[in-house]
Amino acid sequence: MIREFTSAEVLFIVMAVRWTLILSAIAFLGGALGGLLIALTRTSASKGLRRMAAGFIQVFQGTPLLMQLFLVYFGLAVVGLPINPLLAAAVALTLHASAYLGEIWRGAIEAVPSGQSEAASALSLSYRDRMRHVVLPQALRLAIAPTVGFLVQLIKGTSLASIIGFTELTRAGQIINNATFQPFLVFGTVAALYFILCWPLSLLARHMEARMRRAITR
Amino acid sequence: MTEKAIIMRAVNKYYGAFHALKDIDLTVDRGERIVICGPSGSGKSTLIRTINQLEAIESGTIIVDEIELTAGGDNVTKVRQDVGMVFQSFNLFPHMTVLENCVLAPMKSRKVSRTEAEATARQYLERVKIPEQADKYPAQLSGGQQQRVAIARALCMKPRIMLFDEPTSALDPEMVKEVLDTMIDLAREGMTMLCVTHEMEFARAVADRVIFMDKGVIVEENAPDAFFNNPVNERLQNFLGQIA
Ligand SMILES: Nc1ncnc2c1ncn2[C@@H]1O[C@H](COP(=O)(O)OP(=O)(O)O)[C@@H](O)[C@H]1O
Ligand SMILES: [Mg+2]
Repeated sequence: MIREFTSAEVLFIVMAVRWTLILSAIAFLGGALGGLLIALTRTSASKGLRRMAAGFIQVFQGTPLLMQLFLVYFGLAVVGLPINPLLAAAVALTLHASAYLGEIWRGAIEAVPSGQSEAASALSLSYRDRMRHVVLPQALRLAIAPTVGFLVQLIKGTSLASIIGFTELTRAGQIINNATFQPFLVFGTVAALYFILCWPLSLLARHMEARMRRAITR
Repeated sequence: MTEKAIIMRAVNKYYGAFHALKDIDLTVDRGERIVICGPSGSGKSTLIRTINQLEAIESGTIIVDEIELTAGGDNVTKVRQDVGMVFQSFNLFPHMTVLENCVLAPMKSRKVSRTEAEATARQYLERVKIPEQADKYPAQLSGGQQQRVAIARALCMKPRIMLFDEPTSALDPEMVKEVLDTMIDLAREGMTMLCVTHEMEFARAVADRVIFMDKGVIVEENAPDAFFNNPVNERLQNFLGQIA
């Protein structure tokens, strides 16, 4: 039986957007925490810690996201956790986002002139206060645009979770296509939905970059 | 008063294989004002940066306000609370207003309340003659004004010692005087000061002692009159000839 591509099918696909959003949100928030940790470790005074963080970044930037998804997906069973596509996708994407955000934020931290940190040290501020009040606020301004840019990549990257059987937007499209054999309509709809999610973010990133440039020349 | 503000004994500092400070011995009395000069690369910045441990040393002893810096623990924090520093490039925090620049360290490090920290900040901004700039951002100020804010910011920690690393070198000539005047005021009030500077007028006006460094060594030190009028060391004679 070949089904028609009706409003019910469209609704099914649109409803799957929420899983794409949830997965993106988990990966982004987890990646933000992990990325901050990686960035601070990458810029720390200890050579050993810096090396470890660099290794983490290299592994996750140097291998395909899909392989990371597979490894985490099958790895869950190895460590005795249930095989759960959402969990696997969330963990893999969080690690992936930690590496990329860590690298973006390391660059931003290093772009803050060393005199800033020195002045804060000379004022007897602790490492924590130096980072929190002096270095990170300045790094954040530099990092916002590339961070939003990465978020767009991440949202598109969640489509790979379809391969391990997680029903987010892309897999919802595959399911409907298998029933309707209307690939152009179905995947056109899916692509349009990704575009609706990502386009405003791209605009936002560009807007913020322009604002940053103006702020620097203030 | 016999109590010493700073005691440095046999201090050695390396950058990798490069020997930047060689067996430095220096004792600074309370209230003493010292000017350090010497050719570029001679180790002047490195020397004063060891006093608040912006640079760690490889050997020797540094005692600041009777606290031994090299002894570890939270001694470094204590010393930094007591020692203010002013940099050539101001290093104000650009994302904070002048007032926020001034209250951050007292609130975070000395745990002073915001009300008290702001009152102190306004008092010091008054003293460096820019009370009306409190709510501006550093980039909205001239270089001379920024450096005076940097001095006020350091003073807000109520330090007993002030370090200056070429505080007027990055300034347009017409702004040098306003910063030097601020420093002269500070000297007159009895602050212990170490100033790396080539402003010889300043040295003559306020220094108790002038130190000449070359290649990581203190080559000559003397009261300003003798230092400028009867330099002994040949390299100092050449140096004074060049900057005169
Ligand atoms: N972070 C550093 N790493 C390596 N060498 C340095 C560093 N800082 C300073 N030096 C070197 O140490 C010497 C003394 O520098 P510095 O104390 O800044 O001199 P000055 O302030 O008298 O110009 C110079 O030769 C400089 O190149
Ligand atoms: Mg210097």
